[in-house]
Amino acid sequence: MEEKRAAVQMRDITKRFGSTLANDRVWLDIYKGEILALLGENGSGKTTLMNMLSGIYFPDDGKIFINGKEALIRSPRDAFSYGIGMIHQHFKLVDVLTAAENIVLGLKEPGRLDMNKVAQRVQEICDAYGFDVDPNQKIYNMSVSQKQTVEIVKVLYRGADILILDEPTAVLTPQETEKLFAVLRAMRDDGKAIVIITHKMHEVEELSDRVAILRHGQFVGDMETKKTSAQDMTNMMVGRPVTLNIERPEPVNPQPRIEVKNLTVRDAEGTLKLEDVTFTAKSGEILGIAGISGCGQKELLEAIAGLQKTESGSICYVKDDGTREELIGKDPTAIAAMGVSLSFVPEDRLGMGLVGSMDLTDNMMLRSFRKGRSWFTNRKEPKRLAENVVKELEVNTPGVSTPVRRLSGGNVQKVLVGREIAAAPTVLLTAYAVRGLDINSSYTIYDLINKQKKAGVAVVFVGEDLDVLLELCDRILVLCGGKVSGIVDGRSAQKPEVGMMMTRLGGKTNG
Amino acid sequence: MAKKNSGPVLHISKRDNLPWYGAWAIRGTAILLALVVCAFVTTALTGENPLGVYKTMFQGAFGSKRKMWILGQNLAILLCVSLAVTPAFKMRFWNVGGEGQILIGGLATAACMILLGDKLPNWLLICVMTVSAMAAGAVWGGIPAICKAKWNTNETLFTLMMNYVATQLVAFFVIVWEVPKGAGKIGIINQSTQAGWLPQIGSYKYLLNILIVAVLVVVMYFYLARSKQGYEIAVVGESERTARYVGIPVGKVIVRTMMLSGAICGLAGLLLVGGTDHTITTTIAGGRGFTAVMVAWLAKFNPFGMVFTSFLLVFLGRGAAEISTIYGLNHSFGDILTGIILFFIIGSEFFISYRLDFLKNNGKEQA
Repeated sequence: MEEKRAAVQMRDITKRFGSTLANDRVWLDIYKGEILALLGENGSGKTTLMNMLSGIYFPDDGKIFINGKEALIRSPRDAFSYGIGMIHQHFKLVDVLTAAENIVLGLKEPGRLDMNKVAQRVQEICDAYGFDVDPNQKIYNMSVSQKQTVEIVKVLYRGADILILDEPTAVLTPQETEKLFAVLRAMRDDGKAIVIITHKMHEVEELSDRVAILRHGQFVGDMETKKTSAQDMTNMMVGRPVTLNIERPEPVNPQPRIEVKNLTVRDAEGTLKLEDVTFTAKSGEILGIAGISGCGQKELLEAIAGLQKTESGSICYVKDDGTREELIGKDPTAIAAMGVSLSFVPEDRLGMGLVGSMDLTDNMMLRSFRKGRSWFTNRKEPKRLAENVVKELEVNTPGVSTPVRRLSGGNVQKVLVGREIAAAPTVLLTAYAVRGLDINSSYTIYDLINKQKKAGVAVVFVGEDLDVLLELCDRILVLCGGKVSGIVDGRSAQKPEVGMMMTRLGGKTNG
Repeated sequence: MAKKNSGPVLHISKRDNLPWYGAWAIRGTAILLALVVCAFVTTALTGENPLGVYKTMFQGAFGSKRKMWILGQNLAILLCVSLAVTPAFKMRFWNVGGEGQILIGGLATAACMILLGDKLPNWLLICVMTVSAMAAGAVWGGIPAICKAKWNTNETLFTLMMNYVATQLVAFFVIVWEVPKGAGKIGIINQSTQAGWLPQIGSYKYLLNILIVAVLVVVMYFYLARSKQGYEIAVVGESERTARYVGIPVGKVIVRTMMLSGAICGLAGLLLVGGTDHTITTTIAGGRGFTAVMVAWLAKFNPFGMVFTSFLLVFLGRGAAEISTIYGLNHSFGDILTGIILFFIIGSEFFISYRLDFLKNNGKEQA
């Protein structure tokens, strides 16, 4: 590349939270006309570093130079005045306002506010980069990807030429991701500096020009994407060589375990969430479930777990001796009382799977505290279990009496998966088991799931990363708008084919 | 765009683990500071010597044996109501209906004393009184809980409204049972027979109440911290979805907990009517249903902590009353002092959870 101009230079940036050092004398350069991927494990300080650039935190030490001049960024407003805009993982939009209203929200422009003019300028920005946004559409009517687009337009409207995106693809379908990448490339070619935080290696390779890696709050190094590989980057992130192959053992004596027939589910508002869904999950096998977000995966798992009211159809649990038990109409306690050991790792870890303010021991108790006739709880067993989980899954925690809310995402997930697996399940349901987890933690989770499969457990794995689904699962059930779009073989299916089936019923072929 | 001024001077961060003595040192400092501010306010507003005022306050609470017993009695009843609302609060069910639940418990007690006073042996009467007072409170607490569990009604408004219903019911029955006719009040019930009066231990009128509440503190602590029901309450309070996910029947837990909460408030009503006052009026609860909310919060729902917080509030209240009588000041003046002290104590909680660092200049001259 010819001579590059550094848009941002961060020098010796240090940030502490209490006794933890989130960033330790980090040096980072961000160049114009370049897409930089910021990599690191969970808790390595990527988001903290970017939050200091966007004015949410103020560094304890160190200096930031914007276009060569020292800058003091004390608030998001300061950040905007330097042309820095951040798109957060969780959108910060007002639902009842339109796109254009959200975009001008908080801006102080002289004179009267002319919404027509705003809408016009929004349109201009959209046209320039190929965005597809209706300025007058209300946010609550928008899809996730449209909301994200509004966030991007919002920072562009404020004249940002340094854009930071925190895990932007976590909520997008493959097609939407492609669209986003095209827009980001267009902005790069326009001379803007772009930073993206992501955990998905193939996205890094596909999109970025340069990668910078953080480990335990320290800057490890940066390099051109072309000159490195996923393997090298991962090794740098983790600090030691790791294997990057997801294992896929042959299914062990697969027998039908859960039979779902003609299942139809409506949510509380009466919207059809699942329609006529039929499939069988077998023991010793991983059944993947693919689909764009909100196409019924959550309802499907919750219906099996006895947490979702169903309208019609049946869910049968097949015991080893071939007898069948209907699960519909039973709550989790009733299902457990039938002797069905069903474990469920829900999508919302702290809001559903665990209690954030309770410590590890008390969280281990959630499933088992009713055992025994005593009026009082027994914390000895759960404590031993917690200590076991910490040891075996290498949970990074000060101790078993730390509230789980204080742990990082990957460790929270390990605690949850550890508890669910400890119940020796015959069926394991997992929803987005690796969402937000770094690559190392993700592989730990894949490993755990594979172990369950080898032990003869019927695993249902709802995932969002098609590459992972195709590498891990024996069969993949593709949902589209609440209907079964097809069931494909994990070993032979191709990514484009599955992608098509996610967006169009049946896709091209009938797998 | 060149901003030459320095970065923020204050940096707020969460404390990781403050040792218990550190927390108490902060609270102690807060009370000292509050006393200093109160001294200035006292001198500025009344011209009195603040030390004299503090001494009077102290004397109001501890000045004589009788005053100490009254302090103990007030402490016991307030603590009882605070313990009652705590399980509901741990469940994030904002029960502000303690007032009504006490009244209805007191009303049930009075009804038993008046209607059954000469029909049952005394021990049986007291049993009937206890059961009916607690049952009445449980029903009063249970109604909003059932509506919350079934139709997700707002428990704050509902329990608040139930207070007014209870007050009106008491007002109605006071007229029904008034002695003598036309007096508009009931007077001492069963003065001659003392039927239904809770037994007195030795010559100490208030000792029974204090002992009952002391036992209740210990029981409530173990119920919340160690029992399975206490655990369920904590899970439901933190996240109903988690509770459902592990198969805890959320509606049942809400109703059960609120009935317990109401029943203990009813018990407070029993202690007031059957134990000390031997009569009932619409103001018998004396705002304790609301003060209890503050007691419970200040103690972070720890029953043993509530012994201290309720003591503090009762002490301040008794002291404030004494100041206004001795110095002939408006009663509001005592309340002003109480307000200042509470402000400092509640404010000190911020410094217990967070640390403030004053940053040195973040500007240019750093190496």
